[in-house]
Amino acid sequence: MVGYTLRRAGMTLLVLLAVSVLVFLMSHLTPGDPATIMLGENASTADVLRLRHELGLDRPLPAQYGRYLINALRGDLGRSIRSGRPVAGEIWERFPPTLQLTLAATALAIAAGVLLGALAATSRNRMVEALLMSASLVGISMPSFWLGLLLILLFGLALRWLPIAGGSGWQALVLPALTLAAQAAAVLARLTRASLLEVLPSDYVRTARAKGVGSRRVLFHHALRNALIPVVTVIGLQFGGLLGGAVIVESVFARSGLGRLAVGAIQARDFPLIQGIVVFAAAVYALVNLSVDVLYLALDPRISYD
Amino acid sequence: MTNPGLRRLLRSPSALAGAALTGVFLATALLASWVAPYDPVAPAPDLVLQAPSWGHLFGTDELGRDVLSRVMYGSRISLEVGAIAVAIAMMAGTVLGLIAGFNGGTWDALIMRGTDVLLAFPGILLAIAVVATLGPSLANVMIAVGIGAVPVYARTVRGSTLSVRQMEYVEAARAAGATTGRLIGRHVLRNILGPIVVLATLGVGINILIAAGLSYVGLGAQPPVPEWGAMLSGARQYLRDAWWTAVFPGLAITVAVVGMNLLGDGLRDALDPRMRV
Repeated sequence: MVGYTLRRAGMTLLVLLAVSVLVFLMSHLTPGDPATIMLGENASTADVLRLRHELGLDRPLPAQYGRYLINALRGDLGRSIRSGRPVAGEIWERFPPTLQLTLAATALAIAAGVLLGALAATSRNRMVEALLMSASLVGISMPSFWLGLLLILLFGLALRWLPIAGGSGWQALVLPALTLAAQAAAVLARLTRASLLEVLPSDYVRTARAKGVGSRRVLFHHALRNALIPVVTVIGLQFGGLLGGAVIVESVFARSGLGRLAVGAIQARDFPLIQGIVVFAAAVYALVNLSVDVLYLALDPRISYD
Repeated sequence: MTNPGLRRLLRSPSALAGAALTGVFLATALLASWVAPYDPVAPAPDLVLQAPSWGHLFGTDELGRDVLSRVMYGSRISLEVGAIAVAIAMMAGTVLGLIAGFNGGTWDALIMRGTDVLLAFPGILLAIAVVATLGPSLANVMIAVGIGAVPVYARTVRGSTLSVRQMEYVEAARAAGATTGRLIGRHVLRNILGPIVVLATLGVGINILIAAGLSYVGLGAQPPVPEWGAMLSGARQYLRDAWWTAVFPGLAITVAVVGMNLLGDGLRDALDPRMRV
């Protein structure tokens, strides 16, 4: 298991290195010169040339990338063109609200997805099953920002139960987390149902029933435990979707966070900041997936990658 | 399509419902300029934020434009974005997947590691990075969403190619002297069309969602283009007084994507039941 974890961590590092090359090259494919953008259209040629030299933009691309990588490994992702502040500082400041939203949505999606999926798989009432599966189809097909607007209309404006924008505290987190969680919950519900339907006819489930174990205990203690193994992998992948989805949900609820920082950076063509956010988000996502893969080994001793 | 596949598709009520919804979506997109009751972009200052009525079934927006007409024209834009992005992803992904699966070795390793890198971007972040590079616009959103979907096609096509390559009829064609181009075009591609068609149908719906999301945050379609995501973005600030400006464009996206998903699921069951989750 240690060997697999190390190999997997090595692969993750290589992929992240490639991501950094790609993101670095992207900023050099963009129309317009960063130094001119930083100084404004009216800057003199001499000033632009001086800034290009200061930023290292007059050096060959491989040398620029080398410097970028070494600085990044030291935690220096450059300075934001718009604010002049260190990119790493801006990201670090805006990451906690995004992480909070993503974690809350992940927890909600797992709880709702697994419960509804189990209900759909075990329900003897065909209507309940059809209703749950239709709801999950709508959940997958509905844009998160529209669901957010509908929740604002209902719980914020009509019932006045929850705040509709910004704010702090758990009340301000409820609607954004529900909005972000819906699609992932729908995916997890479908997967849990499909996985449970495969596990329920197994011999060990039949044996447990024959021994007189209660149906709830058979479901939670015997069947669900094994049915959840493929679900765990998908949770890791869904986390990435939720991290990306936070970009849009933060805009709907005017929440401060990494997503709104990214959108602002694109509109201002603030490349160092965009580069930093993209590489940072990819690193977080890669670490989550690495952890999920290792957890998967621990959860299911039958799997061996060595 | 094989006959048993077509029979399975026609016997599935959900696939037929999906085909009907997709048909309505396609018809609205194609006929928007004939069936839309008003101009979708011309402002009407004396009709600002009017509630739904017989004259304006979906009400009017903050500039007095008819929401129903904008939703109808919006279906044309969404279809265009969804289809072009799928075409980009399908063409690039199929070529890369065929090269990787058919040649193996270094090409396979290079292309698969390339898809690993693209898959390392969480959610819509790759699309955002591409839009950041090219600049916010609807055309760039199509390219961004297309590039984001390339790895899925490349991997699926590679997998199918690997299994088809081993088949005896491919071996026989090779032994009979068929060129690589003929082998790929006549024998391999024809037999992996099923998964590609399924991915493309499901992909249009997903692409519509991503593109609308990018337009919602201001990175895609720019005003006054009647794009569904951009319409919802404009509706956000009038939510208190004009719910209809937010409800109908969102409903249109959801219904269109439900239709594409139902049809895609039906096609998958009919063409390639092994892909079913």
